[in-house]
Amino acid sequence: MLTAVAIAVDGLGFAAWLFLSSVGLTLIYGVMRILNIAHGGFYALGAYSSAWAIGLYTQTGSTIALTFLIIPLAALMAGVVSGLLVERGILRFMYGRDEVLMVLVTYAIFLILEDVTKLIWGTESYVAWQPAFYFGTIDVFTIPYTIYKFIIIGVAIAVGLALFIGLNRTRIGKLLLVVIEDREISGALGINVRRFFTVTFVIGATLGALGGAITAPEISVSPGIGAEIIVLSFAVIVIGGMGSIGGAMLGAIIVGFARAASVHLYPPAELFSIYLVMAAVLAVKPYGLFALAESRKI
Amino acid sequence: MTRSLDRTELGLILALPILICLAFILPKWIVNYVQVSMGTGLVALGVMIQMRAGLVSFGQGLYFCVGGYAAGMAAKFMGISDLFVLLAFGIIAALVLSTVLGFLLRKYREIFFAMLSLAVSMILFGLLSSTEELGSTDGFNLPTATYLGWAPAGETARLTLYTITCVVVIGCAIGLNRFLKGPIGYINEAIRENELRVEYLGTSAHKAVHITYVLAAVVSSVGGVLWALALGHIDPEMTNWTTSGQFVFVSILSGIGNISAPLIGTFILEVVRIYAVELSPNTWQMILGTVMLLTIIFLPKGLWSVVATKKKPEQEKLAATTPAAGE
Repeated sequence: MLTAVAIAVDGLGFAAWLFLSSVGLTLIYGVMRILNIAHGGFYALGAYSSAWAIGLYTQTGSTIALTFLIIPLAALMAGVVSGLLVERGILRFMYGRDEVLMVLVTYAIFLILEDVTKLIWGTESYVAWQPAFYFGTIDVFTIPYTIYKFIIIGVAIAVGLALFIGLNRTRIGKLLLVVIEDREISGALGINVRRFFTVTFVIGATLGALGGAITAPEISVSPGIGAEIIVLSFAVIVIGGMGSIGGAMLGAIIVGFARAASVHLYPPAELFSIYLVMAAVLAVKPYGLFALAESRKI
Repeated sequence: MTRSLDRTELGLILALPILICLAFILPKWIVNYVQVSMGTGLVALGVMIQMRAGLVSFGQGLYFCVGGYAAGMAAKFMGISDLFVLLAFGIIAALVLSTVLGFLLRKYREIFFAMLSLAVSMILFGLLSSTEELGSTDGFNLPTATYLGWAPAGETARLTLYTITCVVVIGCAIGLNRFLKGPIGYINEAIRENELRVEYLGTSAHKAVHITYVLAAVVSSVGGVLWALALGHIDPEMTNWTTSGQFVFVSILSGIGNISAPLIGTFILEVVRIYAVELSPNTWQMILGTVMLLTIIFLPKGLWSVVATKKKPEQEKLAATTPAAGE
């Protein structure tokens, strides 16, 4: 019973983290058809800037409560600046190139971002645990969990809802759905597709940075976290169907629970189980569970 | 296979004695890097022949690792140290695994192929990282190679392994060149252009992709065995996606125009890496990424296109003026 509870809560926690980290990736792919490896770089930038800002702030000895404002601000800063630089500086010259080539372009950008993070923050780890323990812990069937974990779950649900409402209930969101559906026709109808690309990319980058920023208090932020999250995010969005936000949510839940289950039942299988689930889903549904319809062009 | 040698093959055969002689002239550390980069170069070759079919394998490290671990496990658990037997173990392991996985992977193209190959290689990474018996993330050491009962030591061992590595790598390169110039090689290029038309013309694209996939796997595993023996150590990093990414990087950088390009590209990259890491360890990846971006923008066909266009400008011009059917 205790194991089941632990798997359920941890699974939800993992799923929230994975959803926050990968929803930007699926958004960018849906709109721009770019599988953005550099997303791992945005995640790392977000994590570092949040951990660094929290560290600076707590040194002043002020109330910890304000760090909950610092986290989203750090993510916004990191995401908007790096997202704009990458999109305006590099990617916009590459639009229209082959999808696979764009993967390699973003891989190159990822490598550059990795070193940018090292140059700014050095190679040592940053630990910013204060926000994670600010609200203390809560017992779920005698297992103590930090309240922070539930805040992350709440944020993930809020982000998912905001994206859902933003896409389906607002004018801009509906226009964006049109761009996702058919880029050429929407351009012909007078939608400024390029501007949507820029906005989407910056939003996606900011979401990636938010994923990193909000996780930072729970982990030790060190080089390599970007490379680690990007393969997990791939697994999530590939399972759900690339470009689908509902898919990312389902994918995050599947991967999150697979990981939580293996952590509690058979720890050595932790990494292995995630990719096994991914390969199994793909073997049955080659383009993911919620794949976008694609016409075969002859 | 009775055709006369083409220029690339002639060049490779001529390069063989030169490469072997280098071992006696150049300082030891350079020879070491040549040897190591021949191992990884074979994996880049595996990536490259799949690129000819338009498939980018973001998980070629899988077979690099399978080769290394098959040899390592044979040495560790069965006490085998004979190079030829170890090579056979690596090849058989890759052959069996790739034939099975090929049935799944041959259905995928473009990004989905890249993603699934990545997923499969990460499964092995996760598996090896958590297997205590195989040293988990630290890996384990390999013994010094023996050759059909002959067990050289010291300097002789080093030179023998180097010579055999050269022969095997050049042999693989020539074999792959034949493959690319053969029927399936041409079918692959047609698949890259337009797979549906290939099917309409009555050839199975799936079959061609499957064969290419298996061949790439076998070559990569040979590279893995040779690399493992050269270094004397293996660890799960061999199948991490960052390793696979570097193989893709080399293939992009050097281009898919010629079979020797990835081999040379790997060596150049290895040399650049040594100096870059020495000069500024924290900007090494930045240099790598920038070079990759510049290559993609200015030399979409890789560095080899610079060599190739200088050699035969007329042929290139002819190709440029003839519109491809259906464009």
